[in-house]
Amino acid sequence: MELILIFISAAIVNNFVLAYFLGICPFIGVSNKLSSAFPMGLATTFVMVITAIVTWLIYHMILVPYDVVYLQYVSFILVVASLVQFVEMFIKKVSQPLYRALGIFLPLITTNCAILGLALFIVLKEYSFVEAIFYGVGAGAGFTLAISLMAGIREELELANVPRPFQGAPITLIVAGLLALAFMGFAGMISV
Amino acid sequence: MDLNFLIAIATMGGLGFVFAGALAIADKKLRVEEDPKIAKVNDVLPGANCGACGKAGCYDFAVNVVSGDAPVNGCPVGGQETANDIAQIMGVEAGTATKIVARVLCRGGNIEAAKKMVEYRGPQSCATMDLVSGGTKLCQYGCLGGGDCVDACTFSAIHLNENGLPEVIDDLCTGCGMCVTACPRDIIELHPADREVFVFCKSHDDPKTSKAVCEVACTGCGLCARKSDGGVIMENNLAVINWDDFDPENIPFEKCKNSAICYLKDAFREHQEEEAKEKNADNAPGSEEKKKVTDVSPQQSN
Repeated sequence: MELILIFISAAIVNNFVLAYFLGICPFIGVSNKLSSAFPMGLATTFVMVITAIVTWLIYHMILVPYDVVYLQYVSFILVVASLVQFVEMFIKKVSQPLYRALGIFLPLITTNCAILGLALFIVLKEYSFVEAIFYGVGAGAGFTLAISLMAGIREELELANVPRPFQGAPITLIVAGLLALAFMGFAGMISV
Repeated sequence: MDLNFLIAIATMGGLGFVFAGALAIADKKLRVEEDPKIAKVNDVLPGANCGACGKAGCYDFAVNVVSGDAPVNGCPVGGQETANDIAQIMGVEAGTATKIVARVLCRGGNIEAAKKMVEYRGPQSCATMDLVSGGTKLCQYGCLGGGDCVDACTFSAIHLNENGLPEVIDDLCTGCGMCVTACPRDIIELHPADREVFVFCKSHDDPKTSKAVCEVACTGCGLCARKSDGGVIMENNLAVINWDDFDPENIPFEKCKNSAICYLKDAFREHQEEEAKEKNADNAPGSEEKKKVTDVSPQQSN
């Protein structure tokens, strides 16, 4: 039960994008089409889960025993960057079409602060190993949900008569704000 | 030296080393063998990943060039210089590929096409018009005049003329096909720049309807097809050019009452004459504006 609560908390109540405002760059940048937004969400989810596992291991197996916890930022960034590189190689080997579809967005996951945020939150909330994995899956699902919702809305927005000053980024940010407001309705439902 | 300091260095160094090693092994194991030409071609490309070539990015374009699916001069941003560099790598002549340009296959502008009794008021976008009411013209197949192709063109090669029809400026057109995708009625097609004759109509309406809704529609009489020796095929009330067997010599252009099939240059000339006629007819203060358009048109139709 606790694990499910962690998952729902990370995915909906404390959604990384719409409640913590992490990972806004891909949220705005890659959300103009559902066909690219959803794979981006999946790739980010994958990196998040692996990051959660590896950073937990590094933190609890190396940083804490040797009393060098202050190195967490540096080492977590190292983990994220290496993982993204690895994922890129792996996808290129396994599925060329997917690699081409994701294109430039794949290396951009490195600079997605939601992933570093995830690693730091896991430390902050003192999750166990299994809890950390569920938290990572939940955060990834939340990111995928947010970016897919946004892409769906933006595809409809294409047909709307947006006043000229609001076209492009401004209306996108307004929509993001409204989405965040909607997600505030979940606030306080679960406090994990 | 402080012990903590050493531990910190050892930890980070160790982690870095482990990850570097893992990546090095992964690189060996997961390396995808590819043509070294791809990397070379990728190096001479602008690297802006703009997508103007119609591919997902510069690297994708390089892959397609090497596999022969994209022309060596297919990068409109890099221009001739890049084309020459790529041609050198590929060992072919840069100028061998023919220029591809977009052609608007509808001549039913505001003057020629009949209007509906109702007025369309809403977003001035072809996609919306097509979805909601089919725009202001009666023709179900013709140009909507909303300018989606103009917005789609990153090279400013298309603009709407006075008659509400898109005009392609050949010199600026790169043949990227963005306008083709943008047009909800599939009126715009990509053709080699040296093709001179087109059927400027996409209407599948029966003869009576097409006569009623547009002055320049292909009514589907089939005269051109009968004389063309296989160069023109009738498809559902519409003459379609079969480019493999097409010979303009066989086409009785004067027999086509609406000039739906005609030379590209004639399509423009007639259009200008009509504009001139309009101008004489109303002699309005707007005539200066229209003169401007007639001045611009000849260089576009080159």
